[in-house]
Amino acid sequence: MSVIERKPEAAPEGPKGSELRSGSSRGDRLSVDRVTFRYPHFELGPASFDARPGSLTAIIGPNGSGKSTLLEIASGHLKPGSGRVLLEGDDLHAMSASARARRVGLARQDTPLLFAFTVREFVRQGRHPHVGRLFETGEDERWVDWAAAETSLQHLGSRRLTEISGGEFQRAVLARTLAQRPRLLLLDEPTANLDIGYQIEMLSLLRRLAGSEPFIVIIVTHELNLASEMADHVLLLDAGRVVRQGTPEAVFDAAQLSRAFRTEVAVDRNPSSGRPRVTWVTCGGLAGGRR
Amino acid sequence: MSLPATRRNALSVALGLGALLFLTALAALGLGGVHLSIPRVWSALMGHAGDPQGLAIVRDLRLPRVLMAALVGAALAVSGTALQALLRNPLADPYVLGISSGAALGEILALWLGGWWAAAAPVLAFAGAVATTAWVYLLGRRGGRLTSYTLVLAGVVTASFLSAVILFVLTMLSTRDVRGTAFWLMGDLSVVTSARIGFMAPVIALGILVLYGFAKDLNVLLLGDVEAAHLGVPVARVETIVFLLASLLTGLAVSVSGTIGYLGLLVPHLGRMLVGSDHRLLIPAAALGGATILILADTLARTVVAPLELPVGAVTAVAGAPVFIYLLRRRAG
Repeated sequence: MSVIERKPEAAPEGPKGSELRSGSSRGDRLSVDRVTFRYPHFELGPASFDARPGSLTAIIGPNGSGKSTLLEIASGHLKPGSGRVLLEGDDLHAMSASARARRVGLARQDTPLLFAFTVREFVRQGRHPHVGRLFETGEDERWVDWAAAETSLQHLGSRRLTEISGGEFQRAVLARTLAQRPRLLLLDEPTANLDIGYQIEMLSLLRRLAGSEPFIVIIVTHELNLASEMADHVLLLDAGRVVRQGTPEAVFDAAQLSRAFRTEVAVDRNPSSGRPRVTWVTCGGLAGGRR
Repeated sequence: MSLPATRRNALSVALGLGALLFLTALAALGLGGVHLSIPRVWSALMGHAGDPQGLAIVRDLRLPRVLMAALVGAALAVSGTALQALLRNPLADPYVLGISSGAALGEILALWLGGWWAAAAPVLAFAGAVATTAWVYLLGRRGGRLTSYTLVLAGVVTASFLSAVILFVLTMLSTRDVRGTAFWLMGDLSVVTSARIGFMAPVIALGILVLYGFAKDLNVLLLGDVEAAHLGVPVARVETIVFLLASLLTGLAVSVSGTIGYLGLLVPHLGRMLVGSDHRLLIPAAALGGATILILADTLARTVVAPLELPVGAVTAVAGAPVFIYLLRRRAG
């Protein structure tokens, strides 16, 4: 744990916060323990998984399988029907919203764009849980600079959100979440609007952050191959159940994926990285389609 | 323009606009049936002897009115700013929630009942505003949350109903009272007592200060409810308090000066054009800007067709409508 990261966090929260964050015996990981959730037509869970600091976990699965719900529950924002979520030993659902906001950052896909803030103002909002007084301090501004630099947005600081591209906006949302300096970084479809260059850049960034800071990073993604390349741990969801979790090699099994996604896929190896690679199975030029 | 929201910039905004407000007030004190030069105004304010006419005009006649215009202008502008953030809608306005209709009904009922009630008209107007606020709040609430959509619908429906009741009561009033009511409905700053100022000034100042304390939360609310909640803002609580404060400010303003339109809607926009959307700069800008603009409007209202007086709401409407149209076109373009 780097010294630079620890200092700004300890001050606003007081002794309790810093005591918890020094890696006490309760563990330093995220522990999702048998959580369930009931929507009118859909039941999620019981789902359990652990995520250690320095790891990147990917949640994959077909549309409507409960990935985003699971992410929201893991963030502490959505209360599960049963089960609990512990971050470093603390129950995320038992915390106050502001205490949680200092430790958990969630970057959602459908962030609305309501007012024309500048990019820098937008990213600065991420410091809100940490700003005790009315105005940000130099320390806050340094974290904003850092977050903007990490997402290659430092030159767009004074542009309005309405004047940047969809991909740039998505990076801005990530930057805002990074500026929160959370322990747990949750991202829902972080590469949705990005071209392949930025997709790789984004996931490499997350991979690097997970390794160096260390954050606990969990992403929900449709990009199976990027998940395979970047993730240490993969959860495959289907109809609200975790059908398989483990390393990409364990989860990316052709029969399993075909069953979950209800379409025939083949799995081979990416020649340069050795990680599993998912491809469509085509017959006569058209994909197999959902059965 | 978008200024970074620092303590220094907030002070600069406050001082700059504060100076502008002060100069406008000085000029306004000099204008009227009898024109007074600025030095004369200044010496009257300082209480120097030797100019009894100047003293009487400035202190007894114009100063209360200018002070009240400043207070009402600030209250309406800040209330509009807060509601636009609350409703996530830059075209929201304090009156869209029906508060002014409630105040108007209170005022008109007071006139109808006559006698002692008529003298307490501002109290009844304020009570009407508060009752309407509570009603719209309860009606527009969904699962403990204030959603923009249901709140505005509740406000519109309530305002519409109250307008019908107001028209009914109007038919019961004498002609003279109807005329007075019409004037009041269009905004009237001519009936000002120092007792009212003594009461309003601290309450409005306090209301604005408390709202300023929520400036950071209002910024985050503009990102969206879920985002704000994820950033640690207690959304339901902030929404409720801001709504009540904004309604309080509006109710107070309307109870003494009638329904002066366009300030709550436009001053926040002009403020955003000047200092950006950060509420730590915008709220002071709106308060001081609103005060300045209403003093200007009121001065015009009492000088432009002198010796007659226009209702100040007519001036803000005539000036405000083109500004509003310009802003709409700018957004669309």
